[in-house]
Amino acid sequence: MLTAILAITIMALIFGLLLGYASIRFKVEGDPIADQIDKLLPQTQCGQCSFPGCRPYSEAIAAGEADINRCPPGGEATIQALADLLEVEAKPLDEECGIEKPKTLAVIDEDRCIGCTLCIQACPVDAILGAAKQMHTIIADECTGCELCLPPCPVDCIDMVETKLNPNTWRWPDPARVDIQVGDQS
Amino acid sequence: MTAKQHTFVGGLKLDGHKKRSTQTAIHKIPLSKKLILPLQQHIGEASLPIVEVGDKVLKGQKIARADGHVSVYLHAPSSGTVTAIDDQPIPHPSGLSACCITIETDGEDRWIERQKTEDFTTLSEHEIRQTLREAGIVGLGGAGFPSFIKLNPGVHHHVETLIINGVECEPYITCDDMLMRERASGILDGIEIMQYALRVKNCIIAIEDNKPEAIAAMELALATRSHLNNTSIISVPTRYPAGSEKQLIQVVTGKQVPSHGLPIDLGIVCHNVGTSYAISRAIIHGEPLISRIVTITGKQVNKAGNFETLFGTPMHELLAFCDTKRQADEPFILGGPMMGYNLSGDHLPVTKTANCILVGVEDAAPAVDPLPCIRCGECATVCPVSLLPQQLYWHSRAKDLDKTREYNLFDCIECGCCSYVCPSKIPLVHYFRFAKTETMNQELETQKSDNARIRHENRLERQEAEKKEKAERQRQRKLALAATKAAKEKEEAEKAKTAEPQSDDQEK
Repeated sequence: MLTAILAITIMALIFGLLLGYASIRFKVEGDPIADQIDKLLPQTQCGQCSFPGCRPYSEAIAAGEADINRCPPGGEATIQALADLLEVEAKPLDEECGIEKPKTLAVIDEDRCIGCTLCIQACPVDAILGAAKQMHTIIADECTGCELCLPPCPVDCIDMVETKLNPNTWRWPDPARVDIQVGDQS
Repeated sequence: MTAKQHTFVGGLKLDGHKKRSTQTAIHKIPLSKKLILPLQQHIGEASLPIVEVGDKVLKGQKIARADGHVSVYLHAPSSGTVTAIDDQPIPHPSGLSACCITIETDGEDRWIERQKTEDFTTLSEHEIRQTLREAGIVGLGGAGFPSFIKLNPGVHHHVETLIINGVECEPYITCDDMLMRERASGILDGIEIMQYALRVKNCIIAIEDNKPEAIAAMELALATRSHLNNTSIISVPTRYPAGSEKQLIQVVTGKQVPSHGLPIDLGIVCHNVGTSYAISRAIIHGEPLISRIVTITGKQVNKAGNFETLFGTPMHELLAFCDTKRQADEPFILGGPMMGYNLSGDHLPVTKTANCILVGVEDAAPAVDPLPCIRCGECATVCPVSLLPQQLYWHSRAKDLDKTREYNLFDCIECGCCSYVCPSKIPLVHYFRFAKTETMNQELETQKSDNARIRHENRLERQEAEKKEKAERQRQRKLALAATKAAKEKEEAEKAKTAEPQSDDQEK
């Protein structure tokens, strides 16, 4: 009887120590779920979800404070990916946040730019190059198409243009669209 | 000729349909009034124009330079005036446009000064590669990979064998066949240059056994060069796709190029016979790559044959020259029936990779809607890379891109054997191409969003640091202000103190 109690107590002590050590040794920094969610978001940093960037939105989703359907740039694909990750039902995009649009790129009309630097301060990814009273220009490769530079511009010289397809980024069309109707008769 | 033959798995025995286009010698296509030259006719970065609209150019003059390492120069195929540098439709399955240089020819066809090299051994290996890069030489077998890179094995690789690909396994195409029949000596010159640049002695010229004339011509030419005693010609059995690089290496050496690997990992470099001929023209005669031999054949072509065509020549001129019966909007195939793709417009230019124009495939099966897969497994039997096309099909169709990767989608050479044998007529290769471009696009998007995340984080960090710095500066200023204030007060107090005794003195 006594040996049994002793044995169990010692074992409990050992396991307790082990668990305690493991919790310190293998401590995960940050919030892994928010990280995973952040990976799925398009990183436009546009704020259409009402959070100041993709990271805060992903943290809000992880904490259960925000819904998964608030990201218009990601659209349906992102909602589906988030639903798969979090094992919840996918739902249609919240129209309060905006609608899904084709990918665009900001272009500065360089003749009209007065060099006020307001757009530079607004750009979340530092994709605008310029200095006070100098012409500004957009680094096309870095622009996420978030449209945040549009409202601050006092002369309205920034336009959003649809990104043009070129033969190198062209994708083969989905053949299933043709054969689904025929293939799925069963 | 009697080397031990190996083989690759799968593959098909196809009807060659090569007779029609090999009846006549190689002809030249008459000079076109307008030549349209896409800046990207090779794998890698597009070239950068170095001429302007209105410039007069000579035949063989450089008009665009290489941009980055994997890129080559582009040349004017004839003398004339540059009339435009803008987006023009290019031969591509997308039907999209890309930047092209348009030259209006003056009919004089005047050459720029050519630097001939009688003895190429006076050049260093590096100079040869540089010359080939500046001559715009790319693989003419179909892929268009810059040749100078393949002639640079690097210090970590030792090249043991050079394989010259004269297999030309796809039905209808005969441009390499005719080239070997008529210009065998030039091909051998190119081989000697490549052997010199790669410092390799062994060379195997592989030709499919359905081209006895080409084999005879090459052997005759080889017999006159006693110093090429380590070069041999082997005839390989006719079986599609024996001309695909990896399959050919397997047939010739019995070795398999590993997945994600390159032939150079096995000490092998493989070049097409057309490329070899272009190399000899570039080094010995100083002529850059400005033309190629194009097979024009098919049921609707009355005068089928092989034609030496300047790049940029619009295809409708070729088709008219060969007396082709074709409706204006009827699609035709660029490349062979297995790997080629449909083009709808005929004003597209001939490019470096255009080996065949096929109008009207003989006994072509009528286009039918695909039926459900019956899991017969024929596709897996014929796949020359031992993939499981059926599994790849399910996953591509479900857009499960990770799964298609697990099944090695990127090892698929898109030879078309699986689609060919499929009893349900499922366009399997189309599915695989779709899944490949989707995967590549997804990777690009991930890369872009990762980049945006990093840039955003850096910005936040910088803003945070700026804020801290500002606060620090304010604190310092406050402190300094307080210090000066305190000092002043102290001074005043001291003054008051010293003033008091003075007044005392005065009182005294």
